Amino acid sequence: MAGTDPISQFKIYDLFSFGTIGGDADGNGGFELVFTNSSLLMLITVSVISFYLILSTRGRGLVPSRLQLVSEMSYEFIANMVRSTAGNEGMKFFPFVFSLFSFILISNMIGLFPYILTISSHIIITVALALLVMTIVIVYGVMKNGFGFLKMFVPSGIPLPVLFIVVPIEVLSFLSRPLSLSLRLFGNMLAGAIVVKVFSGFMVMLIPLGALGILGAILPLGMTIALTGLEFLVGALQAFVFTILTCVYLNDAINPGH
Amino acid sequence: MSIFDTIHAQADVAPQQLNTTVWADTIVVAQVEAGSPASEGEPSSEGTTIVLEGASGEEILATSEHEETTTGTSSHDVKDTGVFPPFDTTTFGPQLFWLALTFGALYLLMSKVALPRIGEVLEVRRDRIEGDLAEAERLRRKTDQAIASYEAELAEARAKSQGIAEETRTALKADLDAKRAGVEAELAKKVAVAESRIQKTKADALSNVGEIAADTAVTLVSRLTGKVTIKAARDAVASIEKG
Repeated sequence: MAGTDPISQFKIYDLFSFGTIGGDADGNGGFELVFTNSSLLMLITVSVISFYLILSTRGRGLVPSRLQLVSEMSYEFIANMVRSTAGNEGMKFFPFVFSLFSFILISNMIGLFPYILTISSHIIITVALALLVMTIVIVYGVMKNGFGFLKMFVPSGIPLPVLFIVVPIEVLSFLSRPLSLSLRLFGNMLAGAIVVKVFSGFMVMLIPLGALGILGAILPLGMTIALTGLEFLVGALQAFVFTILTCVYLNDAINPGH
Repeated sequence: MSIFDTIHAQADVAPQQLNTTVWADTIVVAQVEAGSPASEGEPSSEGTTIVLEGASGEEILATSEHEETTTGTSSHDVKDTGVFPPFDTTTFGPQLFWLALTFGALYLLMSKVALPRIGEVLEVRRDRIEGDLAEAERLRRKTDQAIASYEAELAEARAKSQGIAEETRTALKADLDAKRAGVEAELAKKVAVAESRIQKTKADALSNVGEIAADTAVTLVSRLTGKVTIKAARDAVASIEKG
């Protein structure tokens, strides 16, 4: 790996290719289906979640084992979150919200390992997830409420003249949701990964300086450890924030009137 | 680096075409990567080998040397287009594809297998606990009922026993009273008989007093004076008794 470059950890490289779909005979313009390190990590993330949840609950124990208890606690944690923010009707989206939370959380946790890419430090992933959420919100909102979904932009109990100001603000805030949702996760994970890498890079740079350098490297070592702990928190927190905002937005789709 | 610049420039245009591109009088084999030569090198693991014209033993030797020098400086298969990796649009396609695939799979697994199973486990447990609580409540009520009936019976028994005791006491008292009355009546009768007898005896005794006094007087007088008739003594006593 390239020593101390804090950016190289975000590189995506091909592990192997499944060949090119479409394109001309020379292979131009087609979509090359490659399996990258990012793909591998997504696969690992999904496998970890699925295997854990499915295997730990295999016994269906009336008195849960410790492993099963973790699965049940995560289930109830998300279920309570969905129920308290989006109501009982929101439980329709419980599997989706749970998948979203566990995917972001576990991929962030896996990304804490040195040399491992954090999937959500790539903006395309966070944008895709945010757009998925917003698509579900809009499609479900329109399906359920029809034009009533537009009531979301018109807060009740506000005099007509003020509405001319409030409605554009509401529309703007709705439009900025996917942006803030995706950039928050992306920015946090990217910045965290860079900062950890920068401090650990200091160690690599200091150690060749001899005894003094090794002594001096203790400081960035401490920082790296502390920041890893912080990143652990940030990774979990961002997964939580992303999920609870998803619930809040889903609630808007279910009950558009404020 | 000029040769590599050329290769990189070519690579930027169309990496797949490099296989067929022919350079004369150049190094024979090179690792090609679709990236800028200025990037920090990573060790090569895989690359496109390009065999160019004019290969000879010497050149191959030169090539292998060159490969050693390039290793670790610029040759790797990272899609390094010189932009910040998260903004590298060439990686967007595969990332989106794999995200859709893996996240879709995760969603299916969660919604069809894992979550219903956990939900079922939780529900079974909740039902079981509720059932147990209801059973406990039922048993408790039953116990309360048993206690209440026991106490009622106890109170009844106590009342009954008190009744019996009272009855017995009354009967005994009546019996006792009757007996006492009988005994008292008998006693009174006996007392009356005794009294009448005493009266009679007394009367008898009193009737004999004159006689005794006369006798005594006869004796006394005869001792003192001489002869006195019994008749005179009796008359004298009678006059004294009368007087």
